[in-house]
Amino acid sequence: MNHGPAVELGVDHASSKKAKLGVLFFFIYFIFYSGFVIIGVVNYELLSQEFAFGLSLAIFYGLGLIIFAVLLGMVYNFLCTRYEDDLNKEETKS
Amino acid sequence: MIYEISYIALAFFLLFVGFVLWLSFYFARKTKSASSYYAAGGQIHWAVNGIAFAGDYLSAASFLGICGMIATVGYDGFLYSIGFLAGWIVALFLIAEPLKRLGKYTFTDALNSTFKSRAITLTAAISTLIVSIFYLIPQMVGAGDLVTPLLGFPHWVGVVLVGVVVIGIVASAGMTSTTYVQFIKGGLLIILSTILTVYILQNGFTLNPDHKDQPYHKFMSISPTVEDGKVIKAADWQVISQQEIKEKTYVKLEKDKIERWFSLTEKEGSYDLKEALSIVDKKNGNKLYNGEPKTNKKFYQVGNMNKIVKNGKEIEKTGPVGPAEYLSIIEKSELVRFAKVSLKDGDDDVTLYVQNITQGKNFMLPGLKYKIGKGSSIWSKMDFISLMLALFLGTASLPHILIRYYTVKSQRDARKSTILAIAAIGIFYVLTLFMGLGAAVNGVMDVESSNMAAPLLAKAFGVILFSIISAVAFATILGTVAGLIIASSGAIAHDLMENYFKINLDDDKKVKAGKIAAVCVGAFAIILGIAFKGMNVSFLVGWAFSVAASANLPAILFLLFWKKTTANGIASSIVVGVVSSLSIILTSPTMWERYGLDPLTAMHKLDNPAIISFPIAVLTVWIVSALGKKKEEKLLVV
Repeated sequence: MNHGPAVELGVDHASSKKAKLGVLFFFIYFIFYSGFVIIGVVNYELLSQEFAFGLSLAIFYGLGLIIFAVLLGMVYNFLCTRYEDDLNKEETKS
Repeated sequence: MIYEISYIALAFFLLFVGFVLWLSFYFARKTKSASSYYAAGGQIHWAVNGIAFAGDYLSAASFLGICGMIATVGYDGFLYSIGFLAGWIVALFLIAEPLKRLGKYTFTDALNSTFKSRAITLTAAISTLIVSIFYLIPQMVGAGDLVTPLLGFPHWVGVVLVGVVVIGIVASAGMTSTTYVQFIKGGLLIILSTILTVYILQNGFTLNPDHKDQPYHKFMSISPTVEDGKVIKAADWQVISQQEIKEKTYVKLEKDKIERWFSLTEKEGSYDLKEALSIVDKKNGNKLYNGEPKTNKKFYQVGNMNKIVKNGKEIEKTGPVGPAEYLSIIEKSELVRFAKVSLKDGDDDVTLYVQNITQGKNFMLPGLKYKIGKGSSIWSKMDFISLMLALFLGTASLPHILIRYYTVKSQRDARKSTILAIAAIGIFYVLTLFMGLGAAVNGVMDVESSNMAAPLLAKAFGVILFSIISAVAFATILGTVAGLIIASSGAIAHDLMENYFKINLDDDKKVKAGKIAAVCVGAFAIILGIAFKGMNVSFLVGWAFSVAASANLPAILFLLFWKKTTANGIASSIVVGVVSSLSIILTSPTMWERYGLDPLTAMHKLDNPAIISFPIAVLTVWIVSALGKKKEEKLLVV
């Protein structure tokens, strides 16, 4: 398929900082995600416990994993934009 | 299932699919005239691009497969929603930025950017081909399922139709995936899913899910006379035969020369015969649905509440409910699912779909498909971990998902697009839970295939909603299949023939070779689409994720994050990842059943291979690279 970059984005001085942030966020999410899997395998009954609003922990954790992924993605994008603004602007000035 | 053609639905469907095809060709022509696709991409608004991003990601597996699996096995289907979104985020965090730093946009390009190795070219091309084919199977199965209720054709006709249309598009004109087509598809999918969810909540729960022009079948229940475990009398029905399969009893009764099957249940010494749905394949080739020919339309859509509990009280109907209340009521109530049982009755092959009353709290927990609770085996726990691992890591191994990330005007706009896409995809996956549960309890399920849960639910609410939803899903499949066939033909014609075997072709012959490869891959996909009929498309996509995670991810992660990685390490890891994941899949209980064997006699009990194949591939790239480096160092010393 005919895919590729829309425009030449030029040199990105923030890329290594963004990559490091990505790895950090990956591990944060990985811990939260693994928690769900571990509870499921080790203490399954805990998932069936009522948590709030008459709903079980399984529902809350599952929906929480989706919402947390969305929030984390937003924070990641926000921070990446800041890194790009700061580091690439400094380069332009100098 | 027996479907009647709705000409209104058909007209809407053809109109929409025609519009999408026209739009694809229109933009494909425009792309040719523009200096490049990239420049055209640069003029797209970030919001359009964001929804298009969601449209790219939300394939048929997300809409058809997940809703179907939630409708049949409850929370275990929702695991796919969680995993697909988690996987997308992982791809964004781990792969997007480092890959962009390499200046490459696909795995094959990135893997070969450092080494220019023939071994990597060969293994990466084969891996691309295998992953694409694994991804093609569910798309074709979904296409067959979609076309059946719309056109009334058998499943295989739907598969062939999609295959031929796509091969035609790819082989004659080529197809450019366009932002506007994906934007329309993605936007409509999210809007329609929201409308459907509103309908579900407005409708609430009822014990008799009748719909306009679609009354719900009242399943018979007979109190029999039983002696020594044998049914000897059943009201005014004649007892014909009785069979025991896995400690459950099934009884064939006859009345007015029509044979029906029932399941026998016992509670505190009192027996009950519950009507089952049956398909009997006669030796002479005839097929009977609930004891009658197909034309009599006695095979029904199913799925209903058995008991509705609200605020501690049993009721018959709830009226409109809120989202949290909807989930809470299901957790406290009971629903009727239908379990498949296959048996031999003389020369006849019989498939029964037996009523299975399920506690809502069990339905809303993992465990109906991937058993992890009390009494579960180590194999089933491993299978659960393996699935979650494959979903988590699989998306990051399918780099075409991230391509749109690189195709925007500026980095700032890329960020805005991504935020919108993440929100849209997240909302959609939350909605899948309501659509799946809605299908489970509204009497719309097709017992032969779970994939049509969401479209059939839409049909119960209105034929226009059904036709538009089907058309959007169909257009999604067309786009995905076209993309996968082009990717596969590229792997054969470009990577294998040109780069690996060094066959020098002029431009015309290159295009011809690509088209021949596209036709071959398309034909192969058609055969597989027919062979895997009836399987849930998300489950099949889970396999594609497992293969991709095992074959590609260790290679790309080591390349990006470990400087000592060697070409041999990468090539070996791809081979080991592909071979180990494929071997486990091909010897799995699910495949055993496909071969016509008893799944209990399969070589192992694992349906999802990633828990074994991923670590093996990681070890391979590490060991081979480390050993290769040592050898190099020794040579340098000498």
